[in-house]
Amino acid sequence: MKLEVGYIDIKGIRFGDYNAVEDGILIVNPEPLLEPVLEDPLIKSAHFEIATPGESIRITPVKDVIEPRVKVEGGGGVFPGMVSKVDTVGSGKTHVLRGMAVVTAGPIVGFQEGIIDMTGVGADYTPFSKLHNLVLVMEPVEDFKQHEYEAAARLAGLRTAAAIGELARELVPDETVVYETPTIAESFKEEWKDLPRVGYVMMLQSQGLLHDTYVYGVDAKRTLSTLISATEVMDGAIVSGNCVSACDKNTTYHHQNNPVIHDLLAVHGKKINFVGTIITNENVYLDDKIRSSDWTSKMARYLSLDAAIITQEGFGNPDTDLIMNCTKLEKQGIKTVIITDEYAGQDGKSQSLADADELANAVVTGGNANEVVVLPPLDRVIGTLDYVDTVAGGHAGSLRPDGSIEAELQIITGSTNEMGFNRMSAR
Amino acid sequence: MSKFKVVHYINQFFGQVGGEEMAHIPAEKRKGPVGPGLAFTKNFGDDAEIVATIVCGDSWFNENLELATETVLAMVKEESPDLFIAGPAFNAGRYGVACGTICDAVQTELGIPVLTGMYVENPGADMFRTKVLIVSTADSAAGMRRAVPAMAKLALKLVKGERIGASVEEGYIPDGVRRNFFDKKRGSTRALEMLLKKIAGEPFETEYPMPTFDRVPPMPAITDMTKATIAIVTSGGIVPKGNPDRIESSSASKYGSYNIEGVDDLTSETYETAHGGHDPVYANEDADRVIPVDVLRQYEKEGKIGKLHDWFYSTVGNGTAVASSKKYAAEIAEKLISYDVDAVVLTST
Repeated sequence: MKLEVGYIDIKGIRFGDYNAVEDGILIVNPEPLLEPVLEDPLIKSAHFEIATPGESIRITPVKDVIEPRVKVEGGGGVFPGMVSKVDTVGSGKTHVLRGMAVVTAGPIVGFQEGIIDMTGVGADYTPFSKLHNLVLVMEPVEDFKQHEYEAAARLAGLRTAAAIGELARELVPDETVVYETPTIAESFKEEWKDLPRVGYVMMLQSQGLLHDTYVYGVDAKRTLSTLISATEVMDGAIVSGNCVSACDKNTTYHHQNNPVIHDLLAVHGKKINFVGTIITNENVYLDDKIRSSDWTSKMARYLSLDAAIITQEGFGNPDTDLIMNCTKLEKQGIKTVIITDEYAGQDGKSQSLADADELANAVVTGGNANEVVVLPPLDRVIGTLDYVDTVAGGHAGSLRPDGSIEAELQIITGSTNEMGFNRMSAR
Repeated sequence: MSKFKVVHYINQFFGQVGGEEMAHIPAEKRKGPVGPGLAFTKNFGDDAEIVATIVCGDSWFNENLELATETVLAMVKEESPDLFIAGPAFNAGRYGVACGTICDAVQTELGIPVLTGMYVENPGADMFRTKVLIVSTADSAAGMRRAVPAMAKLALKLVKGERIGASVEEGYIPDGVRRNFFDKKRGSTRALEMLLKKIAGEPFETEYPMPTFDRVPPMPAITDMTKATIAIVTSGGIVPKGNPDRIESSSASKYGSYNIEGVDDLTSETYETAHGGHDPVYANEDADRVIPVDVLRQYEKEGKIGKLHDWFYSTVGNGTAVASSKKYAAEIAEKLISYDVDAVVLTST
């Protein structure tokens, strides 16, 4: 598949009485954008706020982070099966509003929503502090079921991002990059025959009970491991629907900008032959784990891979899927590197993963999520501080009287990402 | 500000007493820096000074471990230093063991920061890496030029109480404590580079060496359930409504013990979950879904089991360190034994 991605750099966001992107500034007129959001009977109220890098702003509880994109040419629309109708994406042309995101926030769905600080220590740990954020703050009606409100809030975010992305349809990109993935036949062409055949195994959070990922609208826990083109992922074929701990949840933004995919494509045809991407789930039942990891290793063999990078989402229970995927590939002679993160305790002295195997001898870590950090008080809060003590990473007394927060890195959105999005590591 | 006071431990060779033929000499204390201590002094600048140097024969220390430790410890104590450094010992085995032993003793007995340096394959490194910080050095004294600045820099951080960075940043041998740091490249790029090395058969360094797991064989099965006392232990976070012990939703710092004498059924009015790792709706509707009090009570009435233990023990497994879990489990196990519990239903979520 061949996808031309046109990046339009966003340098600021301001409110106005129309919606447009002008000279790199996103102008937002809230009313028409909020109308479809408020149509959902579970959403009582919604409004937008703007957070700029460096501002003394704390956004919490953060649910998802989404990059506005629009399909300009080629089949389908962004977030197929969720916002656009189901149709294969990943070909043609897509425009991206780069340097910004739509962030969904407001009273919590579950216990696992996070914090984005736009300045201070906390900002160093989250990639989203570097973006111009249009924050969609929502409040649910009084009587709701968590999973129903999660679906409502998720859709509201995706719809809003799609609507903002639409504003970029006619714009001239600041930079255009062409991404191309081979068919299996093409992957065997003569000029690549000396390059190692490398695959990417992307594990999707699918433990259920608010830990879900959707592929073309399908709940990943009801899927078998399968193949997907890197360019389909860029068009929003995979979206986050989960409340796994904020630090290692793969937000929709992470999927759209998957760093493993970009790094592999950058050396494809030069140092490696990037043959394909396998997506596999992280279900809770042992039978599912065995079946999915078996299937992953079958596909890896079918693609005749020499090596693969495996990435994870979440921790604990999915550590078993990670180790199964890794060992089953290694036992077939496929060399692996896994990307994970650690729960080594606040003192860093505990064993980091819930499962281990000596075949997993090449590990990249996103850091110890239990490490404690003190976030300074910031001038403005977007959302509410009501849940800081109870979300994952917080403890009774996390929120101090002066507005500072003492909590584990777990609480910071994207801080220990397991796609290797960040520079943080541990030893 | 006055300088931090440092006591330095070196062997007979670096103390310029002699080589192997002088390894039998007992510990002696000299004023000020000696041998490598002079290089340390330079690197400490205005921040710290070596007030005394203890020179000791490697054989004497290792052959009289207890006496030697006591003797050297007493010499250190007399100086009331702020910091103790030993070596670097490079690949000298007995010297390395002496450095590790005396650093460990000083740290424990005197409560001051300590630091040593040695080659990663020095037997002292394996024995003491998780007890004292050991700067990684070359295998011979030719590495002195690089070892001293690295040790001096870390030593000053220790004595000033500054945060210690990860082993790759500070240059010490991994001590079993995981510390975060910002690498130069993002994780995906590090993964790709590691993979390329692995494919090419070149050496690569994993960022997390896999631990070996401690496997526990199961107890023999109970032969007569009708006489058995059964308890419930859970990491599913079930607590009396309101979470009286405020057990955290993730990375729990405690567990709770809750009395269920006379409780036949857990209801949404009386119990809930504190667990932050899943949608709580179903657990909150009926906590028996996580800990089957209702069924076990029924079994007790029908005589299928002897008794349901009067207490259940609960913590939150979500993001909770294995070391914490082990600690809670050890305490819970003692309670279970003291109540003559025969078997446990362990549930998780």
